[in-house]
Amino acid sequence: MTQLVPVLATNGLCVDVPARKNRMILADISLALHGGEILGMVGESGSGKTTFGQAVMGLVRPSAGTITLDGQALAGSSAKEFRPLRRAAALLFQDPAASFNPRLRIGAIVGEPRRIAGIGRVTTAELATLVERAGLSASVLRKFPHALSGGQARRAAVARALAVVPRLIIADEPTAGLDVSVQGGILNLFLDIREQGTALLLISHNLAVIRHVSDRLAILYLGRLVEIGPTDAIFRAPRHPYTRALLDAEPEADPARRRTEPPLMGEVPSIFARPTGCEFHARCRFVRPRCRDEAPGVTGIGERHSVRCHFPLGGG
Amino acid sequence: MLFTALFAPELTPYAPTAINVHMRLATPSPAHLLGTDELGRDLLSRVIMGTREAMAVALASLMASFLVAVPLGLIAGYGGPLLDAALIILFDSLSAVPMIMLGLALTVLLGPGVPTVILTIVMYCTPTYARMVRSQTLALKSRDFIRAEEAMDASAPRILFIHLLPNVIGPLLVLGCLDLSTIIMLDAGLCFLGLGVAPEVPSWGNILSDGFDLIRITTLPLLVGGAPLVLATVGFTLFGEAVRDALDPKLGRGART
Amino acid sequence: MSAVALEIRDLSIWYAGAAPAVLNIDLAVQRGEILGIIGESGSGKTSLAHAVLGLLPASATMRGARLALAGTELIGASPAALRAMRGPGAAMIFQNPGAAFSPLHTIGEHFAAFLWRDRRMSGHDRRARIVAALHDVGIADPAARLSAHPFQLSGGMLQRVAIAAALLMRPALLIADEPTTALDVTMEAQILHLLRGIRENAGVAILLISHQLGVIAEICDRVAVMYAGRIVEEGPVAAIFARPRHPYTQALFACEPSLIKAGALRLPVIAGVVPRPGGAGCGFASRCVHADAQCRAVPPPWQADADHRYCCHRIAA
Repeated sequence: MTQLVPVLATNGLCVDVPARKNRMILADISLALHGGEILGMVGESGSGKTTFGQAVMGLVRPSAGTITLDGQALAGSSAKEFRPLRRAAALLFQDPAASFNPRLRIGAIVGEPRRIAGIGRVTTAELATLVERAGLSASVLRKFPHALSGGQARRAAVARALAVVPRLIIADEPTAGLDVSVQGGILNLFLDIREQGTALLLISHNLAVIRHVSDRLAILYLGRLVEIGPTDAIFRAPRHPYTRALLDAEPEADPARRRTEPPLMGEVPSIFARPTGCEFHARCRFVRPRCRDEAPGVTGIGERHSVRCHFPLGGG
Repeated sequence: MLFTALFAPELTPYAPTAINVHMRLATPSPAHLLGTDELGRDLLSRVIMGTREAMAVALASLMASFLVAVPLGLIAGYGGPLLDAALIILFDSLSAVPMIMLGLALTVLLGPGVPTVILTIVMYCTPTYARMVRSQTLALKSRDFIRAEEAMDASAPRILFIHLLPNVIGPLLVLGCLDLSTIIMLDAGLCFLGLGVAPEVPSWGNILSDGFDLIRITTLPLLVGGAPLVLATVGFTLFGEAVRDALDPKLGRGART
Repeated sequence: MSAVALEIRDLSIWYAGAAPAVLNIDLAVQRGEILGIIGESGSGKTSLAHAVLGLLPASATMRGARLALAGTELIGASPAALRAMRGPGAAMIFQNPGAAFSPLHTIGEHFAAFLWRDRRMSGHDRRARIVAALHDVGIADPAARLSAHPFQLSGGMLQRVAIAAALLMRPALLIADEPTTALDVTMEAQILHLLRGIRENAGVAILLISHQLGVIAEICDRVAVMYAGRIVEEGPVAAIFARPRHPYTQALFACEPSLIKAGALRLPVIAGVVPRPGGAGCGFASRCVHADAQCRAVPPPWQADADHRYCCHRIAA
């Protein structure tokens, strides 16, 4: 269910390390997200995926590039400029309990967005409806953040996000710290939210989980988008060597399919010592001389699928 | 918690006794429990009235200091670097002036009296409290729950007063309680030097200074003035520690492993 | 040298205030074997790991028929005996490798301290042994790392260093408590590969604790499934992954993301919460689709399938 104008689009978005020029955390991120669509953003440490979520909300200042909401570009980078985005979008933090004021009860916390928006008084009945939509019982409204379990805190954060009917929800590591037997609950909640036309950006390092809920995937390496496209297409036939290595590295619950060699050796380089040319060349199995010298541009492959590689892997 | 209960009686004999017992100062009366001073005033009543003065000045100064220090500290911590730098300069300059000089200057400008004493103490204490609020605010500024409020487009005053304030005020309250004893001492010191209240108004500092002059004749007035000071200092210090222990989250709700 | 690195019979652990963490555990790890323990929060798996190394808090009580490391009984052992076992008996690596090292000392200083037992070794030999240990875990340029502080190393490298430190004392058993949970998936693959290599080269027994089926499948020979303080199913990995019998194990497999077919409209969950260990009857009864009155009242018996065992009233072998 895609519309013509994306809810969120970024073009050439760059974020630098604060107070250090030319030390990029994010480089040239261009993507589009439509209503009723879930985009999974995947990457390892140093990929900048958390920074992306914060940059979209204006918590981190972009050094270049534009952010567009419903086709309208945000003019600057002050809090005022980001107001439309902050009112239309909600950010779910990695540690939900830490994103709550420890001195407020959940009822007050979930009612915050409405109070900020100046929408009159929020009744207890309305708050109860909100938390119930997120799968919690109304008794949670009287509790303090430290009294909630990990799963409950996540759902409370979702309830707070839903309070002003957002067009976009950004969830940073939504299943971190959750047992396998309960993570389905929060993911099903996202699927429900998608049915209502909200756009969702799910940031995660857990590919197996992201696969089941996202329509499209964006793979980040060292702050750069190396592949973006439909989830099924990427899983069937990844085109970027890093994507392929990520998919191969994911442990499978099948002892008959053990790997004899790890798919990728070495470590992610530091952003302060970025390799030349294609930044993945030092670890790439298919590296050729051109990869060392020249940074690759974006190559379109099929329907809304593109890859940043000189020699993309063959299709499926 | 037990400590607070134990030491509440420490407080009550002071306040109600001071308020209820309106002793006239100049009249000599037959039963003087602590004797009289050189003008024939009953020392016991003077000490009790002095209690009123001490508590009134201490509480008023503390509250006034908080009222000034907290907003300044919050703004210094949360506002931009320019505002922070400007306020730090203000705090540092104020700290640089020794209290006695401050007291002298204000007495010259405004005349002696309780408001002057309060103002002196406020100007002396505010920079310390403001700095403490500022450092607490700086520490909390980058915590997730503040960033979450920013992400929800909360206005700066809202963040400052609804979210930052309740979370920074804890250590300040504890410091304030502990400081009550110091403030009582400061007040007594100012009065002792004659920089504070007028000589007829009974205060522990005045009693001490009067007693000081009489030391060759009798030591009683000196002791009478000094003893309550010692008791109050010890009492409020213990009270402050009890408050700190009560507010310590590790000893409170989250104690069990 | 005992062939059985770790033997546990009927072990139960209570924390202060009579709260049981783990009940009636029977477990054995042979030399050269990798045994996995899979469990979610509240299963008691970490308490079990700590018990083996004597790391339980002083207020905890441990009772059982046997808890033996390389043949040495640990129940009722003196603190001196327990100390002597840490290192040569068993060594542990943790989820957060950074927390295992003091930030004030270099890696070289840490390792020199770990070798305190061997006073006869010269400084030169000591250094050579440390460099060899770091090399064996795949660290490039080990000599240079000796002067590095822990915060200068990445998570993956620190975990390698932790493994090297654990192996330095040539333990009979290496306990790995969620060793890759905090690492990137590409580094996780490398560390799991390293652990497998260590088992082959050094013949060390490994007890791997995880909440992820994929990790267990990758390197373990046998697995024990823990729930609410008890082992509910145990056997060879191939058997259990092919035919899980206990309802909890089956539910866990049903929730495993890598096993769910793509295109599923909703993801499965196990409704309900994990109960505290020690209730009457089967711990899983409150969440089990097959549960009946007997399950709630009477503890389930062990059933033995062709090659593995599990605890259930309802599912027959």
